[in-house]
Amino acid sequence: MQFTVETTPAYAEVNGSGRLNMVAAPLLREVVAAVVAKGSHHVVVNMEGTDFMDSSGLGALIGCLKIARQAGGDLRIANVQPQVKMVLELTSMHRVLTPYESVDAAFSND
Amino acid sequence: MKPFVIRLLVVLTVILGTNYLLWRWLDSLNWSAWWIAVPLVLAETYSLIDVGLFGLAVWRIRERKTPPPPPSDATVDVFITTYDEPLDLVMATALAARDIRYPHSTWILDDGARPELGELATRHGLGYLTRSGDWADKPRHAKAGNLNNALMMTQGEFLLILDADQIPQPDILDKTLGYFNQRRVALVQTPQYFSNVPSDDPLGSQAPLFYGPIQQGKDGWNAAFFCGSNALLRREALMQLGLAGYVAEVDRGVHRALAGARGAIRKARRSPEAADPQVAALLDEVEAATDTAREKLRSGGSLSEITYDLRTKVEGAVRSLVAENFAAVESDLAEIAAMDLGGASGTPDPDQLDGAVERMSQRDWSPLGALGSVQAVLDAVSVERPDEAQPVMPLATISVTEDMATSMRLHSLGWESVYHHEVLAHGLAPEDLKTMLTQRLRWAQGTIQVMLRENPLVQRGLKLGQRLMYFSTMWSYLSGFAAVVYFAAPVIYLTLGILPVSSLSTDFFIRFIPFMVVNQLLFAVVGKGVSTWRGQQYSLALFPTWIKACTTAARNVWLGRPLGFAVTPKARQSEGSRWNLIVPQLAAIALLLAALAAGTVRLAAGLNEPIGTLVNVAWVIFDLLILSVLVKAVRYKGFTPEERNVDAVHR
Repeated sequence: MQFTVETTPAYAEVNGSGRLNMVAAPLLREVVAAVVAKGSHHVVVNMEGTDFMDSSGLGALIGCLKIARQAGGDLRIANVQPQVKMVLELTSMHRVLTPYESVDAAFSND
Repeated sequence: MKPFVIRLLVVLTVILGTNYLLWRWLDSLNWSAWWIAVPLVLAETYSLIDVGLFGLAVWRIRERKTPPPPPSDATVDVFITTYDEPLDLVMATALAARDIRYPHSTWILDDGARPELGELATRHGLGYLTRSGDWADKPRHAKAGNLNNALMMTQGEFLLILDADQIPQPDILDKTLGYFNQRRVALVQTPQYFSNVPSDDPLGSQAPLFYGPIQQGKDGWNAAFFCGSNALLRREALMQLGLAGYVAEVDRGVHRALAGARGAIRKARRSPEAADPQVAALLDEVEAATDTAREKLRSGGSLSEITYDLRTKVEGAVRSLVAENFAAVESDLAEIAAMDLGGASGTPDPDQLDGAVERMSQRDWSPLGALGSVQAVLDAVSVERPDEAQPVMPLATISVTEDMATSMRLHSLGWESVYHHEVLAHGLAPEDLKTMLTQRLRWAQGTIQVMLRENPLVQRGLKLGQRLMYFSTMWSYLSGFAAVVYFAAPVIYLTLGILPVSSLSTDFFIRFIPFMVVNQLLFAVVGKGVSTWRGQQYSLALFPTWIKACTTAARNVWLGRPLGFAVTPKARQSEGSRWNLIVPQLAAIALLLAALAAGTVRLAAGLNEPIGTLVNVAWVIFDLLILSVLVKAVRYKGFTPEERNVDAVHR
């Protein structure tokens, strides 16, 4: 899985394309930890290109959420694909990691 | 043929047992001696239920065929968990693990964080993991925590868990991975077998009945459970468990905190700090924010948004309060400067002031910091699980036996388990009584903790058979109380002449003897010639351990007291007087012997009847045979190398 990061004044956008599974999970954690350490405390993970996610991937997102919150910011997810949405709902995780329609919408009311 | 015989014996045992106990309850209680009559009939009822649950397990004994060959591309992590075991012991296991044939990564999970072990691992090309910085000042959760930490640092699809002393065979993965071709299989448990145990097994280390008919029977009900070592787990299942637990914990935490918010704010209003009108105003804002949050929670709002909004609102309110204070200071300073009394200092730099506002708004300096109860509520309205090292904890941390609790949760999520009945790893059992007692106490405490915290009879998602299979193991750990009664009853008759039954007539014998015979026959057939006697002895003889486990676990679960948890030492403990480890049992032996003498005297004096004396003397002899195992255990000097040859043949 490939990750790219774009930083805007309001937030950092992390783009992941491919499969967010047990192999990619530790990598995602590293990427987000680095982004937050550089001072972008508001992070949007754009999941448009993430066509598959397993429980380890979701676990990594929770770890990233914790990193961002502890820095006083937040982590949000946007553009989730059907399989990812299903995994979120299967574990009731959508209540904690609420998906947003688009990257722009993620921090729009802040 | 065999299943039919077993089922027939189960049916007969249950029918004859029920017949006997109905007579006991309805027709034979000696109410004038209720203080022993009632405990005895309760103990007997306990035992019948125990046998019934055993019968239910063996009803469905599942002897699995060879699984399909393993997939060619599975990724596997082999975890060796250690805390303080000797390095050579850990390395022997680790090197054997490295030599497992199926491609895999080997990791030593060193909870003792010993640099020497790290070096050894690196030198042999093995992975070495210790707790991450996240665990500082957080509950460590023993082995479950060790495994949860490692799960976050590794990537294999499947995990083979090995205790530090469990030396795996090279073919362990080839023989078990194939089960996972079934997508719903989350766990494959193999037996724990110990290579340092002589054939008479004085400490009852081997568990041929458990790692055999019992687990096979549980397997028949899809309830074979995880025993902590020599088992394979599917990462996806564990992670799903961790996520489900995470959502539940966050939900519970936020609900609880918001429910307590009003009370905390009311309390804060009465505190001296709240006399300050600014603090009072801040409390108003906090109250409004928590009310909104509670309202959103009630209407099923997103937990991340609720927690985030509340935090931003409160932080905003704190910041504006601090800024107001600073503005006042600033204008005072400006006035002072205008009056030209301050000399050269001038007005402070506005950037510096902003920085100060920021700093003063932080947790420690915030005006809310003084209002501890309110701050505690706000901290708890969080999705970060701030009280734990990791938000996601795949292995259950509710018990010191994380294994059973974890597999029960897996089963309740609909995952399946497999018991593979073939020894694929050889471990080391405790070689002295003290270590053995510590180990048994820990197992029992852990099991009772699970029973009290997540009773299988009421867990959602479990099938009835699974509930009963888990409950059966928990039930069997309550035997200590029954044992006390079984030791006391014959002593009371022989010394005082008080009989708990109304009469020892034919009525008793025609009901009791057939039940007992069929019951023992069932054990013999199920055990297939392997001795189950050692197990029967220990289940009664260790009564002080079982009772202590129940009382300490209950105190722990209900009152939050510590268990006095100890890691089972793998190396032999020092010699010395071991007799004081079994003082209650020695007292029981003394009482039983005294009762024999007293019974003889009373018989001769015509105070006790011959039949009653005969039955109770037989009972005392049975009790003494049960307890005699401990004499053997105390005198056991550990495993000697000569006997290793015997073991080699046995393998």
